[in-house]
Amino acid sequence: MNIQVDIQKEDSMLIQKQMIAGHFEKLSKAKENNKKVVYTFVPGNLNELIRAFDMLPVHPEVNALQSGMRKMSGGYIQEAEKTGHSEDVCTYVKCDIGMMKKGNIGPTGLPLPKPDLLLLSYTGCFTFLKWFELLKQEYDCPIVMLQAPYQAEGEITPEMRDYVTKQLEEVVVPALEDVSGKKLDRDRLKELLESSARAEELLVDIWNSAKNKPSPIDAYFGGVFYIGPIFTAFRGLPECEDYYRILKAEVDYRVANKLGPVTPEGELNQQKYRIVIEGPPNWTSFRDFWKIFADEGVVMVASTYTKVGGLYENGFRHDPQRPLESLGEYCLGCYTNHSLPARVEILQNYIEDFEADGFLINSIKSCNSFSAGQLLMMREIEKKTGRAGGFIESDLVDPRYFSAANIKNRLESYFQMIEAKRVGA
Amino acid sequence: MDGCYIGIDLGSTTTKAVIIDSDERVLGRGITNSRSNYELACQIAREEAEIDARFITLSQHLEQSRSVCEQREELMANLSSYYGLAHYLRQLKALSDDCLGARERWLCSEDEAEKICDALSFIFSEMEKDAPNEFQPEKLSQSDFFRDLASSAYMRHAERVCTERSLSFGRMIGLFDGAILRVENQSFAGDFEDYLEFARLKTLDDPRFATFGDPISTSVAATLNKTFNVINTVGTGYGRLTLPFDKQQIRSEILCHGLGAHFMFPKTRTVLDIGGQDTKAIQIDEKGIVTAFQMNDRCAAGCGRYLGYIADEMNMGVHQLGPMAMQSSKTVKINSTCTVFAGAELRERLALGEKREDILAGLHRAIILRAMSLLARSGGVMSEFTFTGGVAKNEAATSALKTLVIENYGDVTINISHDSIYTGAIGAALFAKRDPRGVMADLEISKLKVKKKAPQKMAGMASVAT
Repeated sequence: MNIQVDIQKEDSMLIQKQMIAGHFEKLSKAKENNKKVVYTFVPGNLNELIRAFDMLPVHPEVNALQSGMRKMSGGYIQEAEKTGHSEDVCTYVKCDIGMMKKGNIGPTGLPLPKPDLLLLSYTGCFTFLKWFELLKQEYDCPIVMLQAPYQAEGEITPEMRDYVTKQLEEVVVPALEDVSGKKLDRDRLKELLESSARAEELLVDIWNSAKNKPSPIDAYFGGVFYIGPIFTAFRGLPECEDYYRILKAEVDYRVANKLGPVTPEGELNQQKYRIVIEGPPNWTSFRDFWKIFADEGVVMVASTYTKVGGLYENGFRHDPQRPLESLGEYCLGCYTNHSLPARVEILQNYIEDFEADGFLINSIKSCNSFSAGQLLMMREIEKKTGRAGGFIESDLVDPRYFSAANIKNRLESYFQMIEAKRVGA
Repeated sequence: MDGCYIGIDLGSTTTKAVIIDSDERVLGRGITNSRSNYELACQIAREEAEIDARFITLSQHLEQSRSVCEQREELMANLSSYYGLAHYLRQLKALSDDCLGARERWLCSEDEAEKICDALSFIFSEMEKDAPNEFQPEKLSQSDFFRDLASSAYMRHAERVCTERSLSFGRMIGLFDGAILRVENQSFAGDFEDYLEFARLKTLDDPRFATFGDPISTSVAATLNKTFNVINTVGTGYGRLTLPFDKQQIRSEILCHGLGAHFMFPKTRTVLDIGGQDTKAIQIDEKGIVTAFQMNDRCAAGCGRYLGYIADEMNMGVHQLGPMAMQSSKTVKINSTCTVFAGAELRERLALGEKREDILAGLHRAIILRAMSLLARSGGVMSEFTFTGGVAKNEAATSALKTLVIENYGDVTINISHDSIYTGAIGAALFAKRDPRGVMADLEISKLKVKKKAPQKMAGMASVAT
């Protein structure tokens, strides 16, 4: 017997679902519609540039996380392991490779097109390089790698900006021109960047709405579920701006009516703990993971994972007046390209600005970009803020590495620790 | 009496209960092996704690008697051991009845069944005869748990009987395994009064105590009259969520171990707890409030169960591992990343001719090395350090820990209490008393207390205990 459970959803959630389904639909028909396809990653993505050539982006790590949520990643990972990938390799990679080996059927059940170009615009994750090398072997298509220097000194220097801009001008744009057979339409690029900047304003307002009490959004679970994803694939397009206007109106309504976010367990209006979180979520048990927090009355007021697609709170906006330069700054500014002290500062600011009770790290077994240095960061943040730090471990899309009982046990201890600190006993 | 508070720590291996009074003084401690029936494990641990509290009362009363004064400790040891014997014999009787009562399910010929019946009767009668010796006051019991005591005695006799009578040892073990599961899921504490009466009579039979009839009777009466006005109960530990506890009455074991360690050693700032299936490194502040913690994740290698597995591999009792490891004179390195691999390594080392004590010392060091990593991750040892949990009873583990803590963090104060296994339950009892939310309710399990049966004859006791 099928039991239908009604889950409360907002318009924005339904719209984003339609938009993503529409995107996969377009991808499935890309070849028959003579659309060129660019495989690229979320961090430092050059969506406006790709769209300026009227090409469609495919984000392999988004496919992997979508497969994780749809309980398909376990089989894909095993498929990749059969071809020799070790247990310790990033599970986004293995999920993607496994999906490809099983016919490249995307998460919505529609076939994914082969890439016409592999565009790597963020080299800070070494795994990304190897991932695209593997895809290059498989697809034998052109590949472009844009090297984004690490912000070791905690800032983007003029030399770094010039270096990336020069690569965009001299390597990336010509490659896109070659594959698309079109010259770059600089006016179109400006239009796209103008739209991006407007959407970015809206997005920053939405993230900042979590400063309210109660917070109208969950900046982590809600953040990755319906607030953030649209931004990556659609940034620069009018539907993206429209989406964020609708979402902003919903959020404003919630603020005015002192309502919390909608979670799979219903509206979270009684918010006992406000938490800042570092690291990606577990996708294979996403709903169970969220439920642990919702059941305890926890709302995530800020997160870093939702900033891998762009950090905007410090004022960065895509700038139509400096198109390639601002795209270069964007590539350099993604969250994981920041040094550990800079990441500590970002988290510290979140904790203070969003008046969080504590911060939590979900350390991902197979993601070095995020996980390296997290314990050190935790100690530093504890020292600087005096707020309680919690540490749990899971994985991205490998269902074998999510132990609900253990995670729940640690989280309960963590929330009780916050409570004990509050009451002083 | 004044109100009291109970903390119950339902661990993966043992269940502990501690009763405290409103001045946060410990009234009694109880422990039992955890079993599939968690409610019963809690009930028995609590009953054990109540019995402990009654014995403490008994001791206090006897202390007031001038005539007893000098022999009080000796007298208490006698009363306790006879009490333990009476309790054991009652359980043994139930075990024997259960084993023999299952005859119709044996699926064998009448002759064969008769042979098994005879063998079982003989084994249990031998066990009864052995029992008084196991409960000598001066003899330190290796394990207090009925399951351990009974199985060791049963195996010993069954092995011999099966050889002599050409019976299948496997079959005899199977009968025991089924019965012990059923018997250990019953409480026998309801007959407390009978056991104590038995202990009183047996003690007075002893010429050394024959003149203490009056003080003993008065003290026993006071003990029996003791009541427990439980105001609040808090549960913690691995199995806490399976209990009918109100959410308000559940605390994480991390918080409980932190507060418990602070109670026992107020200057503690770092706590290491090695339990059956997890190891916790906890940092606490000057009030015992947890400020940071780390636990093992994904894998429980290096926890108490690791030792249990090794003990099985070596055909030894867990309690024997530490003393044997202490006899080591050579360092043998054993991997600590996987329990099963450690077992394989153990066999390899034995085959290479390494001594058991040296290998065991290496295994204990391996456990502590894993704990050291968690300690480092939680923030290290900066000040006074307390080791808690069941493994803290193991001499070889504490010795390795002391060495490694001093090597890594210098000459810090290291506290290890005999009662370390109760740390979590003490913390839970303190939370019960300090209940910040003001929820005051006794646990549901208090209602499960078994009905007192009509006093039975202490069958067999009189004959074997003389």
